[in-house]
Amino acid sequence: MRRWSKGTILLHAALVTGALFTLLPLVWMVSASFMHAGEANSMPPQLVPQHPTLENYAALFTRLDMLRNLANSAIITVLATVFSILINSLAGYAFAKLPFPGREKLFQTLAAALVVPAQVGMLPLFLLLRELGLVNTYAGALVPFLASIFGIFLIRQYALNVPDELLDAARIEGANEYQVFRLVALPVIKPILVTIAAFTFLAAWNDFLWPLIVLSDSDMYTLPVALASLVGEHVQDTELMMAGSVITILPALIVFLIFQRTYVQGIMSGGVKG
Amino acid sequence: MSTRLTQKKARAAWFFLAPAMVLLVLFFVLPVGAGLLLSLTDFDIYAVGDPGTARFVGLQNYQYLLSTGDFWNALGNTLQYVLIGGPLSLATSLAAALLLNNRLVRLPGFFRTVYFAPVVTTLVSVAIVWKYLYHPKYGLLNFLLGFVGLGPIDWLGDPQWAMPAIILMGVWKNFGYNMLIFLAGLQVIPRELYEAAGIDGANAWQRFRHITLPGLAPTALFVSVTTMIGYFQLFAEPYVMTQGGPLGATRTLMLFMYEEGFRWWRMGIASSMAVLLLLITLIGTLIQLRWVRRES
Repeated sequence: MRRWSKGTILLHAALVTGALFTLLPLVWMVSASFMHAGEANSMPPQLVPQHPTLENYAALFTRLDMLRNLANSAIITVLATVFSILINSLAGYAFAKLPFPGREKLFQTLAAALVVPAQVGMLPLFLLLRELGLVNTYAGALVPFLASIFGIFLIRQYALNVPDELLDAARIEGANEYQVFRLVALPVIKPILVTIAAFTFLAAWNDFLWPLIVLSDSDMYTLPVALASLVGEHVQDTELMMAGSVITILPALIVFLIFQRTYVQGIMSGGVKG
Repeated sequence: MSTRLTQKKARAAWFFLAPAMVLLVLFFVLPVGAGLLLSLTDFDIYAVGDPGTARFVGLQNYQYLLSTGDFWNALGNTLQYVLIGGPLSLATSLAAALLLNNRLVRLPGFFRTVYFAPVVTTLVSVAIVWKYLYHPKYGLLNFLLGFVGLGPIDWLGDPQWAMPAIILMGVWKNFGYNMLIFLAGLQVIPRELYEAAGIDGANAWQRFRHITLPGLAPTALFVSVTTMIGYFQLFAEPYVMTQGGPLGATRTLMLFMYEEGFRWWRMGIASSMAVLLLLITLIGTLIQLRWVRRES
């Protein structure tokens, strides 16, 4: 092993200190979730549970019926991811490879709309969904995630690289336009679709404001909304709330670790906003 | 033949575009337009029951907001978060990126993943975790501060400390994101520049000042603008940790808008808030762009 210079040691000391501070809140959360009631509120603070217990997790899934919220989150997130990929890949491909009159103009109009944040339309959107009977439904929670101008942009950018000869060859062999897209273009643009899927999944899973607005019954709450409402009445139950936080964070963290490379590259190429 | 193919492609394009366009018009374009109109009405809880009762009131909602102390308080709190929390978060991102970009670092991938982990965590969950970390009596933070003879601080209960507490948590949660973008920016700066400067006898600070910083300028502008836009929308942290308190010290524009719109159903006023927030964000963006143009 190489001898480390003083500078290298200092550098790693800084990195390790930073890592400890970054991980401390998460480690404490996991640890406290396995503690008995009251143990997390002791002096000096405990970092390791004395007698680890699963009672908090049991309480979440029995007494508090959080399985229901977990299912809501999972359904909304998976549907949001699948539909957004479907809808945006069709549109992005059309903008890249299927010329039609007015295409450039439409595309520029979309680009201009990108600067308007969605929150300006949030209140009317709620009123509209109420008229449509979509408040307090999965469909209502999905709506903001379906069509994404940014997603269409990224897919178009990527689909421009699909060789026209490849598409024409399929047409000559008698494929219709949908088959050309499905069998020829889709496999080529798959990497960008994986990136967008990973980002959509995390955005939908972690979202708070919109589900808070549109889901009104606790039966329909997603995990973050359920957790935010629980913390009001269970603020004393530190260990229970930490178990709830773990359940909410864990799926997001797992998805991130699986798609880490895609995710990090998406951000570092400057292409994707989180 | 070729015109038939052209027509076929154009027809297919409309079929492919239709779902996205219908959804965007219905759920984005229309609501944004309606939001501008709504801000000019007295749409309230009665109008929620019967929209016919809403009346056009011109700029009255804007007048009301600009004349109430609540709005200016919320604006002040939001600006505190944006102007102090934003730069603090960017500085942390830059520091982490500079450390990680060093070629001597062992396990750079590991440290990168650790620093980035808070970004993908669920905001509501970590806000709850930090609420306990900030507990004046049992919280880990005051315990650690005790070792260096500080505190205890009533982080979320003291109007002086509540916003700094939210800022600190924001830095922890967000710095990993911009760290990645800074890392990408650092990797674009040619190594030869540093080697040449080394030969010329430039020290570490001079290399940082004259090579790294100018090289990062475009990246810095990008992250500065995107971070500012995100920071202006601060909502979940105060909603979960303080409910806007104590004494309104963490009541932000978005929290104010949410309360007006969805607690009191004063949708006209809430829409004006949304429009004002949009204008303020645009002004902030323009200021940054102009400032950069003058510098260069």
